[in-house]
Amino acid sequence: MIEDLIYVLSRYHMWLWQGFLLTLQLLLVSIIFGTLLAIPLAIGRVSKSIWIQAVPFGFIYLFRGTPLIAQLFLAYYGLGQVISEIDGIRESWMWAYLRDPYWYCLFTFVLNTAAYVAEIMRGGIQNVPNGEVEAARACGMSQPIIYRRIIFPRMWQIIWPAYTNDVIFTLKATSLASTVTLMELTGAARKIVARTALPYEAFISAGVIYLIIVYVLTFGFKGVEKYLRRNETRETSKKSVVPDGIPG
Amino acid sequence: MFDLYGRGWQMFEGGLVTIQLCLSVLPFMILLGLLGALAKLSRFRALRAIGESYTVIIRGIPELLVILLIYFGGTIAVQRLAEVFGGEDVRVDIPAFWSGVAALALVQGAFASEVFRAAIQAIPVGQIEAATACGMTPLQIFLRIKLPQMWRFALPGLNNLFQVLIKDTALISVVGVEEILRMAAIGAGTEKAPFTFYLVAMLMFLAFTTVSLIVFNRLEKRASRGIVRA
Repeated sequence: MIEDLIYVLSRYHMWLWQGFLLTLQLLLVSIIFGTLLAIPLAIGRVSKSIWIQAVPFGFIYLFRGTPLIAQLFLAYYGLGQVISEIDGIRESWMWAYLRDPYWYCLFTFVLNTAAYVAEIMRGGIQNVPNGEVEAARACGMSQPIIYRRIIFPRMWQIIWPAYTNDVIFTLKATSLASTVTLMELTGAARKIVARTALPYEAFISAGVIYLIIVYVLTFGFKGVEKYLRRNETRETSKKSVVPDGIPG
Repeated sequence: MFDLYGRGWQMFEGGLVTIQLCLSVLPFMILLGLLGALAKLSRFRALRAIGESYTVIIRGIPELLVILLIYFGGTIAVQRLAEVFGGEDVRVDIPAFWSGVAALALVQGAFASEVFRAAIQAIPVGQIEAATACGMTPLQIFLRIKLPQMWRFALPGLNNLFQVLIKDTALISVVGVEEILRMAAIGAGTEKAPFTFYLVAMLMFLAFTTVSLIVFNRLEKRASRGIVRA
């Protein structure tokens, strides 16, 4: 068993390393663009008009209620085929991108992350103490300024633990890219298993790398949490209003 | 469109398999969750360490990796075990269905143990003290006081977990179990209509998660019927 592990690591460590880099890349892009997209969704979601609420609600409901892998297949195989049937698309410069599973993965992950983060943000925005918003209004701040100066800083403080969980959830979700032939960490492990027929060694090596990423992420996010809560005195309760269970 | 090229029946069968998967995982997930919660709340340091590391490890590893590890690794493990007992020529295959159930139960059990731990801790200390004063053993306290009351506190968490479970069953299609997504893939491949089939698969999952949400909300209402809301 140990010899097999050494064999796998010495022979295929480059695959695991490249898989690691691709996993990080997918995670980073999904989180950054997903969060940016989540902000307008969350603002729409807390709107007083039911018609403005309905659009983000439907989006969030659809993406949270269906498996990510089904969304990915619908995008890559379904949407991919629809796009490939457009006249002349295969000759255009865009075709190189439009048939690459990488872009479909990012597309799906970004939308999925946006839906989950928007729901967390909605909870955060609604839990900003009403008095603070009223006070800001009494000072004559306009709605955009209230969002920028009062609601968003408070919201980040409230949602940070849940947001951390969601980042880890997204990291785990990137493993699905291996089902559409991307060679991220899980994909690399699967390829090693196909070559060597040593499932324990390959999958456990990948698993340990995931655990290290999670550990580092948790550590970093804890640090940011301390920074966000720097204004709180020690006596106040640290209980977050958003339940920080698993996002789902 | 609506008969899905004559494959509507197949999708329906896939739906049944998905339901079977969910219901097969549920008891194991609850059992593992309870054991994990008890281990975490145990007086013994070693048990606490086991309980905590179970959650930490599972929380950090993608579900897909666990499924693949158990599917490919489980066959080898059972094969080796069979060689010890039954000689050389034993061919053992763990059915993909059950290796998937084992993997999902392992994953969901880790999250369930967190839910149950919080639920047990939510029971007022006074009640435990009263039970101890009445001379109940720890086992009796668990069975008579904690277990009946913790469901009310655990239900919102379990609701969330069951949603995740329904969605995670789709991952088992990767090892070839013919549930909704696998059936959709077969249909999409043979009829050259991936968009239609995957869209139907997604809508089926959406229907399942919606029904689960409604049922759990009913249960939550029922479980707290004796409680006066402030």
